[in-house]
Amino acid sequence: MNADIFLWLVQDGVTNGAIYALLALALLLVFAVTRVIFVPQGEFITYAALSLSLLEAGRTPGTIYILAVGGLAAAAIDGYAALRERAWRRLPRIAALYIVLPLAIAFLVAWAAPRKLDQWIQVLLVLAMVVPLGPIVYRIAFQPLANASVLVLFIVSMAVHYILSGLSLVFFGGEGLRSSPFWDARFKLGVVEISAQSLFVVAASLLLIVGLWLLFEHSIYGKALRATAINRVGARLVGIPTALTGQLSFLLAAFIGAVSGILISSITTLYYDTGFLIGLKGFVGAILGGMASYPLAAAGALVLGLLESFSSFWASAFKEVIVFTSIIPMLVWLSLRSRHVEEDEE
Amino acid sequence: MSAALEIDGLSVAYGKVEALHRATLRVNEGAIATVIGPNGAGKSTLLAAIMGLLPSKGILRYAGALLDGSSTEERVARGMCLVPERRELFAELSVHDNLLLGAFHRRGDGARALAADFAEVYARFPRLKERSGQLAGTLSGGERQMLALGRALMAKPRLLLLDEPSLGLAPRVVRETFHIIADLKRTGVSMLLVEQNARAALQVADYAYVLEVGDIVLEGPAAELAGNPRVVETYLGLSSAAR
Amino acid sequence: MIGARAALVLFTAFLAAAPFFLSEFYVTLMNYIGLSTLVALGLVLLTGVAGLMSFGQQAFVGVGAYTSAVLAVHYGASPWIGLAAGLALTGLIAVGLGVITVRLSGHYLPLSTIAWGISVYFLFGNLEMLNKHDGVGGLPPVAIAGWKLDTGRESYVLIWLVVLAALLAARNLLDSRSGRAVRALRFRATMAESFGIDTARLKLVIFLYAALLAGLSGWLYAHFTRYVSPGAFTVNMGIEYLFMAVVGGASQVWGAVIGASLLTLLKEWLKDILPTFFESSGNYEVIVFGLLMLPLLHRARDGLMPVLARLGRAGRRAPARVVTADPLPRRAGPAAGTPLLALAGVQKNFGGLAAVRALSFDMRAGEILGLIGPNGAGKSTAFNLVTGVLPSDAGEIRFCGGRIDALPARRIARLGIARTFQHVNLVGAMSVLENVAIGAHLRGAKGSVRAMLRLDRDEERRLLHEAAKQVERVGLTAHLNDASASLPLGQQRLVEIARALAADPVLLLLDEPAAGLRFQEKQALAALLRRLRSEGMSILLVEHDMDFVMGLVERLVVMDFGEKIAEGLPRDIQANAVVIEAYLGGIEEDAP
Repeated sequence: MNADIFLWLVQDGVTNGAIYALLALALLLVFAVTRVIFVPQGEFITYAALSLSLLEAGRTPGTIYILAVGGLAAAAIDGYAALRERAWRRLPRIAALYIVLPLAIAFLVAWAAPRKLDQWIQVLLVLAMVVPLGPIVYRIAFQPLANASVLVLFIVSMAVHYILSGLSLVFFGGEGLRSSPFWDARFKLGVVEISAQSLFVVAASLLLIVGLWLLFEHSIYGKALRATAINRVGARLVGIPTALTGQLSFLLAAFIGAVSGILISSITTLYYDTGFLIGLKGFVGAILGGMASYPLAAAGALVLGLLESFSSFWASAFKEVIVFTSIIPMLVWLSLRSRHVEEDEE
Repeated sequence: MSAALEIDGLSVAYGKVEALHRATLRVNEGAIATVIGPNGAGKSTLLAAIMGLLPSKGILRYAGALLDGSSTEERVARGMCLVPERRELFAELSVHDNLLLGAFHRRGDGARALAADFAEVYARFPRLKERSGQLAGTLSGGERQMLALGRALMAKPRLLLLDEPSLGLAPRVVRETFHIIADLKRTGVSMLLVEQNARAALQVADYAYVLEVGDIVLEGPAAELAGNPRVVETYLGLSSAAR
Repeated sequence: MIGARAALVLFTAFLAAAPFFLSEFYVTLMNYIGLSTLVALGLVLLTGVAGLMSFGQQAFVGVGAYTSAVLAVHYGASPWIGLAAGLALTGLIAVGLGVITVRLSGHYLPLSTIAWGISVYFLFGNLEMLNKHDGVGGLPPVAIAGWKLDTGRESYVLIWLVVLAALLAARNLLDSRSGRAVRALRFRATMAESFGIDTARLKLVIFLYAALLAGLSGWLYAHFTRYVSPGAFTVNMGIEYLFMAVVGGASQVWGAVIGASLLTLLKEWLKDILPTFFESSGNYEVIVFGLLMLPLLHRARDGLMPVLARLGRAGRRAPARVVTADPLPRRAGPAAGTPLLALAGVQKNFGGLAAVRALSFDMRAGEILGLIGPNGAGKSTAFNLVTGVLPSDAGEIRFCGGRIDALPARRIARLGIARTFQHVNLVGAMSVLENVAIGAHLRGAKGSVRAMLRLDRDEERRLLHEAAKQVERVGLTAHLNDASASLPLGQQRLVEIARALAADPVLLLLDEPAAGLRFQEKQALAALLRRLRSEGMSILLVEHDMDFVMGLVERLVVMDFGEKIAEGLPRDIQANAVVIEAYLGGIEEDAP
């Protein structure tokens, strides 16, 4: 291997690592706040990336049907709960949030799709379609089980993954899609050529990470999220609604998933089930970071990106095998450190 | 006198085991009621049920209105606040952020109102001001109790539920705590105080209930109960020996 | 309404008759149900009973299948050699994976098994030796004494015999010494450790058993279909196996059959009808599976088996009769008055705060020592240090002369210390008798394998006999077969004591046994403790209730703020100014 290839692999690894880092942060956040191991995060990547590709081709992405039907289902569940508690005042808000808004977005996208608008507008449309899916998924699948054990929530996660990945096949079909890059340029930096798209991905990831940090350090909602993660009972006692923090964390997860999908859509060809694997790599990154601290998770994700890129050079057929077995040394270390006896809450 | 809190026939069960059996009690507006009783009698269960942390059967009425079906956060928004036995602070957040989150349900109140409340809490607990940037998890037991009280005060409660505020505190800090409780009463806050330190509780309270194994077995004005032979024997414990 | 036994008979009759009247298609379907049942059964034990979760069982199925396939096709080995090699390899991998994950929090195992499942899938698809994505074909059928099982109907016999054997073995296991320990794993691991159960090892055993069942299923699959390719071992298969266990009812052995049958049939049916709704083909049944799982998890988290059991009364077990058996051997205790327990300078910090500070006291055999103090004084922490539930930061703890401060709880239990818990720590769904029998865990020795083969019956009778004796001692014989969760708190505390007594301890540690008891119950408890002392038992009693303690103990140690503030005879303690200050908080001087 010469220096050129080495640097190229590093660039590739850092680019992927930056996306895994974003995903790892979102996964940790969702787990800390809601105790949900959010496997379906990967589906948001798929939805965003494939929706963007379809919009570019002037076709209407099926995501709008998922959004509209999901919204109606959430409205039905929430509306039923409100009716049973005779809380009529909640109904207009439910209708606005879960029926009017999703439908408006759906019609907007259907109107805009054949017009092949500017790429940036397409990106905004994709975000508008995918991000609301986060809170909708939380409302339908997870909120009724807010007090269930981690393991039950994990099974629910898998059921949601099944639904979303099945729908993905229905609406996007089996063919692979790839969108055009935001920025085609390449820079010469000494001996190595850097693609602008890679720079763009890394910069966007850094920006988002800083944004998340600002949210958690300087806004009352960010602090409420952290407080819920640290002490759920304490959070309830100061009046932080756990349903709100759950929705908020899923909103962030969907947002980060969507952004990752948009960033990655021009780098690799995505299929209806690619996102699942990418999302799992976010988990692998988080585990490499010990599944506790945000900076360590980001670092773990970066290491994972590099590992993936180098193993694709040396043993490309076994790339995934190497990536997914890389958690073993970390698990061994965590296992050696743990002493206390684990038990479930009943 | 109007009631801040009225409880009628409140029962709580964990599975098939009943932890609280048809408890009936009231806290008068601006008064302190106390519930004393041995460990495991159901005192903390009572407070958790009042806050909606546990499902319960029976009637709960706060400031005249029924509470059934309302969530914990709705109860907080309506002016109820619990300082729990385990304090339940946000250990990895600063003292300042803990206090700030205490005012979460008043997040629409504006910065000026919050600044005034911060000033008030810091004036009451100068120790917290010194440590405002420190993580709550690094505080000593007494300071944690102050922070828990301070966080509750930031919520501007009309009814304060206190679960074992003297637990694990040095005698000097216990004295301070009860001073603050008496002080709060003067500002018009109604309180329900659960204490194992029966003597202190009976001194500060207006009315008292004795809870044993899920049942309220005795009640009366606090001063009267403090002289009741059965209470003296059982709950003022060592005083019989100290006589 | 039909009883459990009748259901079992009907089920077996159906299985026996099925190959004679079912078409080839349905026989094949039954074979797949059987193969899935084996995997789901492992998950029932793993997830439903022991509280561990795996999404990687399909990988074990694959290892079992591929090992035998490669040996048979490349090396011409008999399927029986393939079976042995496949199970050995599966077992080896399971132990390796298990060792590093069973000690970790609940979510690590499912995450790691997903990762492992994906790795194995890609490994199968990329290894030259395994013919990459094309797979290995041309496997020989299994032959038993010259009889080649080369039709679906013949394979049916083998598959379902194996399934029935596995179901019976699993049922036998749950109804045994090891089974009781396994059933305590999920919610009561701390308690289990305190009675000498090595929970990490037990979890590993269950993980291994589940993996072996999957490997066995893989072997049967390989020689039934005669063809192995990576497509049968995708992550989705792993998820579906878990769904089967959940649908059937993850805590019931027979739930595995129900879950595997329902999902296999449903999948077949959906594959028939769904493509008519969608233009293109694809595995759309996953959407329906997901949509069906959600309400099931929301409404009936324990699966369908308990629902069916309620319909058919199958859930009610006949009360176990207590048979007389040879008593278990007793431990020779130290003579009364000899030094028993000694703490010297014991320290425990929680995040910078000292919960126990330089605590020292001694205790002699045959006495009741009270450890008292206000709430939050550090009594329970001290207790947890002695029993090894928490490690101490400094100081020495000696029991019968030997140091125990570095030992884990289960080793300390072995030395003859048994405890009760302040917050009642019983397995709610188990009967009083079974709960108490957990206490006698260390007095038995028969393991999981013997339990599955029912080679443990003699010892089992003796253990249950001992448990029944202890239940009688605390006066709860009338409730012997009641689920412990159905008893009032006071009686649950007595069950705790009976369980500790079943361990035949030298030293009994009681953590606030009187908390939550009514007056008469306290009287009865005091009488019981006096009786135990007269029989030579040494008791260390943590209590908050002064009245209860005063009339009972020989000596008292008083703690406050993690420190010993006084020690001596009850009447001296009652007059001790420091103790009074600690208890009353001293607010008199300037109270409002």
